[in-house]
Amino acid sequence: MNVLELAGVRLSIGERTILADVSLAVRAGEFIGVLGPNGAGKTTLMRAVLGLLQPAEGQIRVFGRAPRRGNPAIGYMPQVRTVLPDLKIRGRDFIASSLDGARWGLPSHGRAERHAIDAMLDLLGARALAERALSDMSGGERQRLLLAQALIGAPRLLLLDEPLISLDARHQEIAIDVVRRVCRERGATVLFSAHELNQLLGTLDRVLYLGNGQAVLGTVEEVITAPVLSRLYRTEIQVIRADGNVFVMSRGRTVEHGEHLHHSPHDRHP
Amino acid sequence: MFAYEFMNNAFAAAGIVAVVAGLVGYFLVMRGQTFAGHALSHIGFAGATGAGLLGLAPLWGLIGFTLAAGLFMGAMSERISNRDVAVGVVLALALGFGLLFLHYYTAFATQATAVLFGNVLAVDAPTILTLAALGAITLAGLGAIMRPLVFASLQPELAEAKGVPMRGLSTAFLALVALAVSACAQIVGVLMVFTLMVGPPAAAQRLTVRLWSGLALAAGLSLAQAWLGLAIAFYTDWPVSFCIALLSGAGYFAALAAQGTVRVSPASSPSPPQ
Repeated sequence: MNVLELAGVRLSIGERTILADVSLAVRAGEFIGVLGPNGAGKTTLMRAVLGLLQPAEGQIRVFGRAPRRGNPAIGYMPQVRTVLPDLKIRGRDFIASSLDGARWGLPSHGRAERHAIDAMLDLLGARALAERALSDMSGGERQRLLLAQALIGAPRLLLLDEPLISLDARHQEIAIDVVRRVCRERGATVLFSAHELNQLLGTLDRVLYLGNGQAVLGTVEEVITAPVLSRLYRTEIQVIRADGNVFVMSRGRTVEHGEHLHHSPHDRHP
Repeated sequence: MFAYEFMNNAFAAAGIVAVVAGLVGYFLVMRGQTFAGHALSHIGFAGATGAGLLGLAPLWGLIGFTLAAGLFMGAMSERISNRDVAVGVVLALALGFGLLFLHYYTAFATQATAVLFGNVLAVDAPTILTLAALGAITLAGLGAIMRPLVFASLQPELAEAKGVPMRGLSTAFLALVALAVSACAQIVGVLMVFTLMVGPPAAAQRLTVRLWSGLALAAGLSLAQAWLGLAIAFYTDWPVSFCIALLSGAGYFAALAAQGTVRVSPASSPSPPQ
Protein backbone atom coordinates (compact mmCIF):
# COMPACT_ATOMS: atom_id res chain seq x y z
CA MET A 1 0.00 0.00 0.00
CA ASN A 2 1.20 3.51 -0.74
CA VAL A 3 1.33 5.77 2.26
CA LEU A 4 1.88 8.89 0.20
CA GLU A 5 0.91 9.61 -3.39
CA LEU A 6 1.40 12.78 -5.39
CA ALA A 7 -0.05 13.09 -8.87
CA GLY A 8 0.86 16.10 -11.02
CA VAL A 9 1.25 18.28 -7.96
CA ARG A 10 2.27 21.92 -8.21
CA LEU A 11 3.04 23.74 -4.98
CA SER A 12 3.30 27.49 -4.89
CA ILE A 13 3.65 30.15 -2.25
CA GLY A 14 1.96 33.28 -3.43
CA GLU A 15 2.87 33.74 -7.07
CA ARG A 16 6.02 31.70 -6.86
CA THR A 17 6.00 28.06 -7.89
CA ILE A 18 8.17 25.98 -5.57
CA LEU A 19 7.61 22.54 -7.09
CA ALA A 20 5.89 21.68 -10.34
CA ASP A 21 4.45 18.49 -11.80
CA VAL A 22 5.54 16.21 -8.97
CA SER A 23 4.27 12.65 -9.22
CA LEU A 24 5.53 10.01 -6.86
CA ALA A 25 4.47 7.23 -4.54
CA VAL A 26 5.99 6.26 -1.20
CA ARG A 27 5.33 2.74 0.06
CA ALA A 28 4.57 1.79 3.65
CA GLY A 29 7.65 1.33 5.78
CA GLU A 30 10.05 3.16 3.49
CA PHE A 31 12.73 5.46 4.86
CA ILE A 32 13.01 8.32 2.39
CA GLY A 33 15.87 10.77 2.61
CA VAL A 34 14.69 14.16 1.34
CA LEU A 35 17.62 16.09 -0.08
CA GLY A 36 18.26 19.18 -2.12
CA PRO A 37 19.58 22.70 -1.86
CA ASN A 38 18.00 25.30 0.39
CA GLY A 39 14.82 26.68 -1.05
CA ALA A 40 14.23 23.56 -3.14
CA GLY A 41 10.93 22.97 -1.36
CA LYS A 42 11.59 20.35 1.31
CA THR A 43 9.63 22.23 3.97
CA THR A 44 6.95 23.24 1.49
CA LEU A 45 6.42 19.63 0.47
CA MET A 46 6.04 18.52 4.08
CA ARG A 47 3.59 21.32 4.77
CA ALA A 48 1.51 20.19 1.83
CA VAL A 49 1.48 16.61 3.13
CA LEU A 50 0.36 17.98 6.51
CA GLY A 51 -2.53 19.80 4.89
CA LEU A 52 -1.11 23.24 5.72
CA LEU A 53 -0.68 24.15 2.07
CA GLN A 54 -3.15 23.31 -0.68
CA PRO A 55 -1.56 22.22 -3.95
CA ALA A 56 -2.16 24.69 -6.76
CA GLU A 57 -2.58 21.74 -9.12
CA GLY A 58 -2.76 18.00 -8.84
CA GLN A 59 -3.64 15.70 -6.02
CA ILE A 60 -2.00 14.57 -2.80
CA ARG A 61 -3.09 11.40 -1.06
CA VAL A 62 -1.97 10.52 2.47
CA PHE A 63 -3.08 7.02 3.49
CA GLY A 64 -5.36 7.19 0.46
CA ARG A 65 -7.11 10.37 1.54
CA ALA A 66 -6.71 14.10 1.06
CA PRO A 67 -4.30 15.65 3.60
CA ARG A 68 -5.94 17.11 6.67
CA ARG A 69 -4.53 19.17 9.48
CA GLY A 70 -4.11 17.36 12.78
CA ASN A 71 -3.96 13.82 11.39
CA PRO A 72 -2.84 11.79 14.44
CA ALA A 73 -1.20 9.18 12.20
CA ILE A 74 1.45 11.73 11.22
CA GLY A 75 4.37 12.65 13.47
CA TYR A 76 5.97 15.96 12.56
CA MET A 77 9.14 17.72 13.53
CA PRO A 78 9.06 21.27 12.14
CA GLN A 79 12.17 23.07 10.99
CA VAL A 80 11.19 26.63 11.80
CA ARG A 81 11.31 26.50 15.55
CA THR A 82 10.00 29.50 17.35
CA VAL A 83 11.21 29.27 20.90
CA LEU A 84 10.67 32.29 23.05
CA PRO A 85 14.09 33.12 24.48
CA ASP A 86 12.94 33.39 28.07
CA LEU A 87 10.82 30.27 28.36
CA LYS A 88 11.10 28.93 31.87
CA ILE A 89 9.37 25.64 31.24
CA ARG A 90 10.98 22.25 31.71
CA GLY A 91 11.52 19.84 28.85
CA ARG A 92 8.98 17.31 30.10
CA ASP A 93 6.15 19.86 30.03
CA PHE A 94 7.29 21.01 26.61
CA ILE A 95 6.93 17.50 25.19
CA ALA A 96 3.76 16.78 27.16
CA SER A 97 2.10 19.88 25.72
CA SER A 98 2.31 18.39 22.24
CA LEU A 99 0.64 15.09 23.13
CA ASP A 100 -3.01 15.54 22.29
CA GLY A 101 -2.25 19.25 22.46
CA ALA A 102 -5.06 20.21 20.10
CA ARG A 103 -7.77 18.90 22.43
CA TRP A 104 -9.73 21.41 24.49
CA GLY A 105 -9.74 21.52 28.25
CA LEU A 106 -7.07 21.23 30.89
CA PRO A 107 -3.81 19.43 30.19
CA SER A 108 -3.92 16.07 31.91
CA HIS A 109 -1.05 13.69 31.56
CA GLY A 110 -1.25 10.26 33.06
CA ARG A 111 1.36 7.74 34.00
CA ALA A 112 1.36 6.20 30.52
CA GLU A 113 2.27 9.49 28.86
CA ARG A 114 4.93 10.15 31.44
CA HIS A 115 6.48 6.76 30.78
CA ALA A 116 6.30 7.28 27.02
CA ILE A 117 8.12 10.61 27.36
CA ASP A 118 10.81 9.21 29.66
CA ALA A 119 11.34 6.13 27.50
CA MET A 120 11.76 8.21 24.35
CA LEU A 121 14.12 10.66 26.06
CA ASP A 122 16.15 7.68 27.29
CA LEU A 123 16.39 6.35 23.74
CA LEU A 124 17.64 9.73 22.53
CA GLY A 125 20.05 10.09 25.44
CA ALA A 126 18.18 13.20 26.49
CA ARG A 127 16.67 12.19 29.82
CA ALA A 128 18.43 15.01 31.66
CA LEU A 129 16.52 17.55 29.56
CA ALA A 130 13.21 16.55 31.15
CA GLU A 131 13.78 18.70 34.21
CA ARG A 132 15.73 21.54 32.62
CA ALA A 133 14.26 24.85 31.50
CA LEU A 134 13.92 25.40 27.75
CA SER A 135 15.61 28.77 28.10
CA ASP A 136 18.74 27.04 29.36
CA MET A 137 18.96 24.63 26.43
CA SER A 138 21.02 24.86 23.29
CA GLY A 139 19.39 24.63 19.86
CA GLY A 140 20.47 21.01 19.55
CA GLU A 141 18.95 20.10 22.90
CA ARG A 142 15.60 21.65 22.02
CA GLN A 143 15.76 19.77 18.77
CA ARG A 144 16.11 16.46 20.54
CA LEU A 145 12.97 17.28 22.50
CA LEU A 146 11.18 17.99 19.24
CA LEU A 147 12.36 14.70 17.78
CA ALA A 148 11.17 12.86 20.90
CA GLN A 149 7.81 14.55 20.56
CA ALA A 150 7.47 13.48 16.93
CA LEU A 151 8.24 9.83 17.72
CA ILE A 152 5.86 9.45 20.68
CA GLY A 153 2.38 8.17 19.98
CA ALA A 154 3.24 5.57 17.34
CA PRO A 155 2.76 7.68 14.22
CA ARG A 156 2.58 5.71 10.95
CA LEU A 157 4.11 8.51 8.89
CA LEU A 158 6.95 10.64 10.18
CA LEU A 159 7.82 13.97 8.59
CA LEU A 160 11.16 15.09 9.99
CA ASP A 161 12.30 18.46 8.69
CA GLU A 162 16.07 18.77 9.07
CA PRO A 163 16.26 16.85 12.35
CA LEU A 164 20.07 16.81 12.30
CA ILE A 165 20.73 20.53 12.05
CA SER A 166 22.68 21.90 15.04
CA LEU A 167 23.23 18.44 16.54
CA ASP A 168 26.80 17.32 17.16
CA ALA A 169 28.08 14.24 15.33
CA ARG A 170 27.33 11.82 18.17
CA HIS A 171 23.76 13.00 18.62
CA GLN A 172 23.23 12.97 14.87
CA GLU A 173 24.11 9.29 14.85
CA ILE A 174 21.87 8.60 17.84
CA ALA A 175 19.00 10.48 16.20
CA ILE A 176 19.31 8.56 12.94
CA ASP A 177 19.62 5.27 14.77
CA VAL A 178 16.57 5.88 16.99
CA VAL A 179 14.41 6.99 14.08
CA ARG A 180 15.44 3.91 12.12
CA ARG A 181 14.83 1.51 15.01
CA VAL A 182 11.52 3.00 16.08
CA CYS A 183 10.27 3.01 12.52
CA ARG A 184 11.42 -0.49 11.62
CA GLU A 185 9.73 -1.85 14.73
CA ARG A 186 6.45 -0.17 13.91
CA GLY A 187 6.66 -0.33 10.15
CA ALA A 188 6.35 3.45 10.02
CA THR A 189 7.17 5.45 6.91
CA VAL A 190 9.72 8.24 7.22
CA LEU A 191 10.45 11.38 5.23
CA PHE A 192 13.74 12.63 6.63
CA SER A 193 15.13 15.82 5.16
CA ALA A 194 18.84 16.48 5.48
CA HIS A 195 21.76 18.20 3.81
CA GLU A 196 24.29 15.45 4.21
CA LEU A 197 23.61 12.27 2.29
CA ASN A 198 26.40 10.07 3.58
CA GLN A 199 25.15 9.80 7.14
CA LEU A 200 21.89 8.39 5.85
CA LEU A 201 23.34 6.03 3.25
CA GLY A 202 23.10 2.95 5.45
CA THR A 203 19.59 3.79 6.57
CA LEU A 204 17.56 5.12 3.70
CA ASP A 205 15.62 3.01 1.25
CA ARG A 206 15.20 5.70 -1.37
CA VAL A 207 16.11 9.32 -1.95
CA LEU A 208 13.75 12.15 -2.82
CA TYR A 209 15.91 14.84 -4.38
CA LEU A 210 14.41 18.27 -4.89
CA GLY A 211 15.83 21.09 -6.96
CA ASN A 212 14.99 23.48 -9.74
CA GLY A 213 11.27 23.05 -9.09
CA GLN A 214 11.47 19.31 -9.69
CA ALA A 215 11.45 16.21 -7.55
CA VAL A 216 13.11 12.89 -8.33
CA LEU A 217 12.43 9.80 -6.24
CA GLY A 218 14.54 6.68 -6.54
CA THR A 219 17.35 4.63 -5.10
CA VAL A 220 20.70 6.29 -4.41
CA GLU A 221 22.11 4.61 -7.55
CA GLU A 222 19.28 6.00 -9.66
CA VAL A 223 19.12 9.53 -8.29
CA ILE A 224 22.59 10.46 -7.12
CA THR A 225 24.06 10.57 -10.59
CA ALA A 226 25.68 13.34 -12.55
CA PRO A 227 22.89 13.71 -15.15
CA VAL A 228 20.03 13.79 -12.64
CA LEU A 229 21.71 16.16 -10.21
CA SER A 230 23.00 18.44 -12.96
CA ARG A 231 19.39 18.86 -14.00
CA LEU A 232 18.23 19.55 -10.42
CA TYR A 233 21.03 21.99 -9.62
CA ARG A 234 21.05 23.54 -13.09
CA THR A 235 24.80 23.38 -13.11
CA GLU A 236 27.36 20.75 -13.94
CA ILE A 237 27.58 18.22 -11.12
CA GLN A 238 30.02 15.40 -10.63
CA VAL A 239 29.24 12.46 -8.42
CA ILE A 240 32.19 10.72 -6.86
CA ARG A 241 31.84 7.45 -5.04
CA ALA A 242 34.66 6.59 -2.72
CA ASP A 243 35.01 4.29 0.22
CA GLY A 244 31.27 3.73 0.57
CA ASN A 245 30.59 7.46 0.53
CA VAL A 246 29.04 9.57 -2.18
CA PHE A 247 30.28 13.07 -2.85
CA VAL A 248 28.28 15.52 -4.91
CA MET A 249 30.65 18.05 -6.38
CA SER A 250 30.23 21.23 -8.31
CA ARG A 251 33.38 22.74 -9.80
CA GLY A 252 35.56 20.80 -7.43
CA ARG A 253 33.63 21.55 -4.22
CA THR A 254 31.05 19.48 -2.41
CA VAL A 255 27.64 21.11 -2.67
CA GLU A 256 26.22 19.87 0.59
CA HIS A 257 28.63 21.43 3.00
CA GLY A 258 28.67 25.04 3.96
CA GLU A 259 25.08 25.59 2.95
CA HIS A 260 23.22 23.83 5.63
CA LEU A 261 23.77 26.29 8.43
CA HIS A 262 21.97 29.07 6.63
CA HIS A 263 18.25 29.00 6.26
CA SER A 264 17.33 30.58 3.02
CA PRO A 265 14.12 32.60 3.20
CA HIS A 266 12.73 30.26 0.53
CA ASP A 267 12.67 27.41 2.97
CA ARG A 268 10.31 29.24 5.24
CA HIS A 269 6.62 29.05 4.93
CA PRO A 270 4.66 32.25 4.29
CA MET B 1 -8.53 45.61 60.59
CA PHE B 2 -11.31 43.12 59.89
CA ALA B 3 -13.71 45.10 62.07
CA TYR B 4 -14.28 47.42 59.13
CA GLU B 5 -16.64 46.31 56.40
CA PHE B 6 -14.70 48.16 53.74
CA MET B 7 -11.58 46.19 54.66
CA ASN B 8 -13.43 42.89 54.46
CA ASN B 9 -14.80 43.90 51.08
CA ALA B 10 -11.34 44.93 49.97
CA PHE B 11 -9.84 41.60 51.03
CA ALA B 12 -12.54 39.64 49.24
CA ALA B 13 -12.27 41.67 46.04
CA ALA B 14 -8.47 41.70 46.04
CA GLY B 15 -8.41 37.95 46.72
CA ILE B 16 -10.65 37.09 43.78
CA VAL B 17 -8.82 39.39 41.41
CA ALA B 18 -5.34 38.36 42.51
CA VAL B 19 -5.93 34.67 41.81
CA VAL B 20 -7.45 35.36 38.38
CA ALA B 21 -4.70 37.84 37.50
CA GLY B 22 -1.95 35.46 38.61
CA LEU B 23 -3.29 32.57 36.54
CA VAL B 24 -4.04 34.56 33.38
CA GLY B 25 -0.79 36.46 33.80
CA TYR B 26 1.20 33.21 33.86
CA PHE B 27 0.18 32.53 30.27
CA LEU B 28 0.68 36.17 29.33
CA VAL B 29 4.29 35.92 30.49
CA MET B 30 4.77 32.48 28.92
CA ARG B 31 3.53 33.74 25.55
CA GLY B 32 5.66 36.87 25.71
CA GLN B 33 2.51 38.96 25.37
CA THR B 34 2.92 41.19 28.38
CA PHE B 35 2.86 44.24 26.14
CA ALA B 36 -0.60 43.22 24.95
CA GLY B 37 -1.76 43.00 28.57
CA HIS B 38 -0.26 46.39 29.29
CA ALA B 39 -1.99 47.87 26.24
CA LEU B 40 -5.34 46.29 27.08
CA SER B 41 -5.36 47.84 30.53
CA HIS B 42 -4.58 51.30 29.13
CA ILE B 43 -7.26 50.84 26.51
CA GLY B 44 -9.57 50.17 29.45
CA PHE B 45 -9.02 53.76 30.52
CA ALA B 46 -10.77 54.95 27.38
CA GLY B 47 -13.59 52.52 28.10
CA ALA B 48 -13.96 53.73 31.66
CA THR B 49 -14.09 57.41 30.69
CA GLY B 50 -16.44 56.58 27.81
CA ALA B 51 -18.76 54.79 30.22
CA GLY B 52 -18.68 57.84 32.47
CA LEU B 53 -19.75 59.99 29.55
CA LEU B 54 -22.73 57.68 28.97
CA GLY B 55 -23.58 57.57 32.67
CA LEU B 56 -22.58 53.90 33.10
CA ALA B 57 -20.35 52.37 35.74
CA PRO B 58 -16.67 52.54 34.67
CA LEU B 59 -16.35 48.73 34.98
CA TRP B 60 -18.70 48.12 32.06
CA GLY B 61 -16.81 50.55 29.90
CA LEU B 62 -13.59 48.81 30.89
CA ILE B 63 -14.93 45.39 30.00
CA GLY B 64 -16.48 46.55 26.74
CA PHE B 65 -13.40 48.40 25.49
CA THR B 66 -10.78 45.89 26.56
CA LEU B 67 -12.82 42.99 25.21
CA ALA B 68 -13.33 44.69 21.86
CA ALA B 69 -9.65 45.64 21.70
CA GLY B 70 -8.57 42.12 22.67
CA LEU B 71 -10.69 40.56 19.95
CA PHE B 72 -9.47 43.13 17.43
CA MET B 73 -5.81 42.58 18.32
CA GLY B 74 -6.22 38.82 18.10
CA ALA B 75 -7.92 39.06 14.73
CA MET B 76 -5.45 41.43 13.15
CA SER B 77 -2.14 40.10 14.40
CA GLU B 78 -1.00 37.05 12.47
CA ARG B 79 2.65 36.61 13.11
CA ILE B 80 4.57 37.20 16.30
CA SER B 81 6.90 39.58 14.51
CA ASN B 82 4.30 42.27 13.85
CA ARG B 83 2.13 41.63 16.88
CA ASP B 84 3.56 44.49 18.94
CA VAL B 85 2.96 46.95 16.13
CA ALA B 86 -0.70 45.98 15.93
CA VAL B 87 -1.02 46.26 19.70
CA GLY B 88 0.71 49.64 19.75
CA VAL B 89 -1.51 51.10 17.06
CA VAL B 90 -4.68 49.99 18.84
CA LEU B 91 -3.30 51.32 22.14
CA ALA B 92 -2.55 54.78 20.76
CA LEU B 93 -5.97 54.98 19.14
CA ALA B 94 -7.77 54.00 22.34
CA LEU B 95 -5.82 56.42 24.51
CA GLY B 96 -6.74 59.17 22.06
CA PHE B 97 -10.40 58.31 22.55
CA GLY B 98 -9.89 58.27 26.31
CA LEU B 99 -8.59 61.81 26.14
CA LEU B 100 -11.53 62.87 23.97
CA PHE B 101 -14.08 61.39 26.39
CA LEU B 102 -12.37 63.08 29.31
CA HIS B 103 -12.41 66.35 27.37
CA TYR B 104 -16.20 66.19 27.06
CA TYR B 105 -16.86 64.88 30.52
CA THR B 106 -14.68 66.89 32.82
CA ALA B 107 -16.72 65.89 35.89
CA PHE B 108 -15.20 62.45 35.47
CA ALA B 109 -11.73 63.78 36.18
CA THR B 110 -12.07 63.09 39.90
CA GLN B 111 -13.02 59.49 39.19
CA ALA B 112 -10.21 59.19 36.69
CA THR B 113 -7.67 58.82 39.48
CA ALA B 114 -9.56 55.81 40.79
CA VAL B 115 -9.55 54.26 37.32
CA LEU B 116 -5.85 54.94 36.83
CA PHE B 117 -4.57 53.87 40.25
CA GLY B 118 -7.38 51.75 41.64
CA ASN B 119 -9.62 52.22 44.63
CA VAL B 120 -10.05 48.88 46.32
CA LEU B 121 -11.15 50.43 49.59
CA ALA B 122 -14.32 51.72 47.90
CA VAL B 123 -15.43 48.28 46.67
CA ASP B 124 -18.97 47.41 47.79
CA ALA B 125 -20.77 44.06 48.03
CA PRO B 126 -22.42 44.19 44.57
CA THR B 127 -19.04 44.92 43.00
CA ILE B 128 -17.59 41.85 44.72
CA LEU B 129 -20.33 39.74 43.19
CA THR B 130 -19.59 41.22 39.78
CA LEU B 131 -15.86 40.56 40.20
CA ALA B 132 -16.56 37.00 41.32
CA ALA B 133 -18.70 36.38 38.24
CA LEU B 134 -16.09 37.99 36.00
CA GLY B 135 -13.38 35.87 37.61
CA ALA B 136 -15.39 32.68 37.27
CA ILE B 137 -16.05 33.32 33.58
CA THR B 138 -12.39 34.08 32.96
CA LEU B 139 -11.14 30.97 34.76
CA ALA B 140 -13.73 28.76 33.07
CA GLY B 141 -12.62 30.09 29.70
CA LEU B 142 -8.98 29.61 30.57
CA GLY B 143 -9.66 26.04 31.68
CA ALA B 144 -11.40 25.32 28.39
CA ILE B 145 -8.51 26.52 26.21
CA MET B 146 -5.55 25.75 28.46
CA ARG B 147 -4.35 22.57 26.76
CA PRO B 148 -4.12 23.94 23.21
CA LEU B 149 -2.96 27.30 24.62
CA VAL B 150 0.10 25.74 26.25
CA PHE B 151 0.82 23.74 23.09
CA ALA B 152 0.45 26.75 20.80
CA SER B 153 2.56 28.93 23.10
CA LEU B 154 5.43 26.47 23.34
CA GLN B 155 5.41 25.02 19.80
CA PRO B 156 3.48 27.21 17.37
CA GLU B 157 4.58 25.51 14.13
CA LEU B 158 3.75 22.09 15.45
CA ALA B 159 0.46 23.19 16.98
CA GLU B 160 -0.61 24.61 13.64
CA ALA B 161 0.21 21.32 11.92
CA LYS B 162 -1.70 19.39 14.56
CA GLY B 163 -4.85 21.35 13.85
CA VAL B 164 -4.89 23.94 16.63
CA PRO B 165 -6.90 26.96 15.40
CA MET B 166 -4.08 29.41 16.07
CA ARG B 167 -5.78 32.71 15.39
CA GLY B 168 -9.00 31.77 17.13
CA LEU B 169 -7.06 30.56 20.13
CA SER B 170 -4.97 33.70 20.32
CA THR B 171 -8.10 35.84 20.06
CA ALA B 172 -9.91 33.86 22.74
CA PHE B 173 -6.91 34.23 25.04
CA LEU B 174 -6.73 38.00 24.54
CA ALA B 175 -10.45 38.19 25.32
CA LEU B 176 -9.77 36.41 28.62
CA VAL B 177 -6.88 38.77 29.30
CA ALA B 178 -9.27 41.65 28.68
CA LEU B 179 -11.68 40.32 31.30
CA ALA B 180 -8.87 39.75 33.79
CA VAL B 181 -7.50 43.23 33.16
CA SER B 182 -10.92 44.77 33.73
CA ALA B 183 -11.25 42.99 37.05
CA CYS B 184 -7.67 43.80 38.01
CA ALA B 185 -8.10 47.49 37.23
CA GLN B 186 -10.79 47.66 39.94
CA ILE B 187 -8.16 46.82 42.53
CA VAL B 188 -4.89 48.41 41.43
CA GLY B 189 -6.02 50.64 38.54
CA VAL B 190 -5.32 50.43 34.82
CA LEU B 191 -1.81 51.84 35.20
CA MET B 192 -0.79 49.20 37.72
CA VAL B 193 -2.40 46.04 36.39
CA PHE B 194 1.12 44.68 35.88
CA THR B 195 1.66 44.49 39.62
CA LEU B 196 -0.70 41.51 39.87
CA MET B 197 -0.71 40.19 36.30
CA VAL B 198 2.98 40.19 35.45
CA GLY B 199 5.03 40.57 38.62
CA PRO B 200 3.89 37.37 40.40
CA PRO B 201 3.80 35.10 37.30
CA ALA B 202 7.23 36.36 36.18
CA ALA B 203 8.60 35.65 39.65
CA ALA B 204 6.94 32.21 39.62
CA GLN B 205 8.59 31.33 36.29
CA ARG B 206 11.97 32.16 37.79
CA LEU B 207 11.34 29.84 40.72
CA THR B 208 9.99 26.72 39.03
CA VAL B 209 10.15 25.21 35.55
CA ARG B 210 7.10 23.01 36.16
CA LEU B 211 3.87 24.05 34.49
CA TRP B 212 1.38 23.31 37.27
CA SER B 213 3.69 24.38 40.09
CA GLY B 214 4.33 27.60 38.20
CA LEU B 215 0.61 28.28 37.85
CA ALA B 216 -0.04 27.58 41.53
CA LEU B 217 2.90 29.72 42.57
CA ALA B 218 1.80 32.60 40.33
CA ALA B 219 -1.69 32.58 41.85
CA GLY B 220 -0.30 32.18 45.38
CA LEU B 221 2.23 34.98 45.05
CA SER B 222 -0.37 37.29 43.54
CA LEU B 223 -2.80 36.55 46.36
CA ALA B 224 -0.15 36.97 49.05
CA GLN B 225 1.02 40.26 47.61
CA ALA B 226 -2.50 41.64 47.25
CA TRP B 227 -3.51 40.76 50.82
CA LEU B 228 -0.22 41.74 52.37
CA GLY B 229 -0.36 45.00 50.44
CA LEU B 230 -3.81 45.71 51.87
CA ALA B 231 -2.61 45.02 55.39
CA ILE B 232 0.43 47.24 55.00
CA ALA B 233 -1.76 50.00 53.56
CA PHE B 234 -4.15 49.70 56.50
CA TYR B 235 -1.43 50.15 59.08
CA THR B 236 0.69 52.73 57.25
CA ASP B 237 -2.01 54.70 55.46
CA TRP B 238 -0.02 54.45 52.23
CA PRO B 239 -2.02 53.92 49.01
CA VAL B 240 -2.95 50.25 48.56
CA SER B 241 -1.76 50.12 44.95
CA PHE B 242 1.65 51.42 46.02
CA CYS B 243 2.00 48.72 48.66
CA ILE B 244 1.03 45.98 46.19
CA ALA B 245 3.39 47.40 43.57
CA LEU B 246 6.19 47.43 46.13
CA LEU B 247 5.61 43.78 47.02
CA SER B 248 5.25 42.78 43.38
CA GLY B 249 8.54 44.44 42.47
CA ALA B 250 10.28 43.04 45.53
CA GLY B 251 8.96 39.54 44.73
CA TYR B 252 10.18 39.68 41.15
CA PHE B 253 13.66 40.95 41.98
CA ALA B 254 13.99 38.51 44.87
CA ALA B 255 13.10 35.68 42.46
CA LEU B 256 15.71 36.94 40.01
CA ALA B 257 18.31 37.02 42.74
CA ALA B 258 17.32 33.58 44.03
CA GLN B 259 17.60 32.14 40.55
CA GLY B 260 20.92 33.86 39.95
CA THR B 261 22.45 32.02 42.88
CA VAL B 262 21.19 28.66 41.63
CA ARG B 263 22.03 28.83 37.93
CA VAL B 264 25.02 30.46 36.37
CA SER B 265 24.60 29.56 32.69
CA PRO B 266 24.49 32.68 30.50
CA ALA B 267 21.28 31.50 28.81
CA SER B 268 19.42 31.95 32.07
CA SER B 269 20.54 35.49 32.68
CA PRO B 270 17.48 37.51 33.51
CA SER B 271 15.90 39.92 31.12
CA PRO B 272 13.14 42.23 32.29
CA PRO B 273 9.64 41.94 30.86
CA GLN B 274 8.61 44.55 28.34
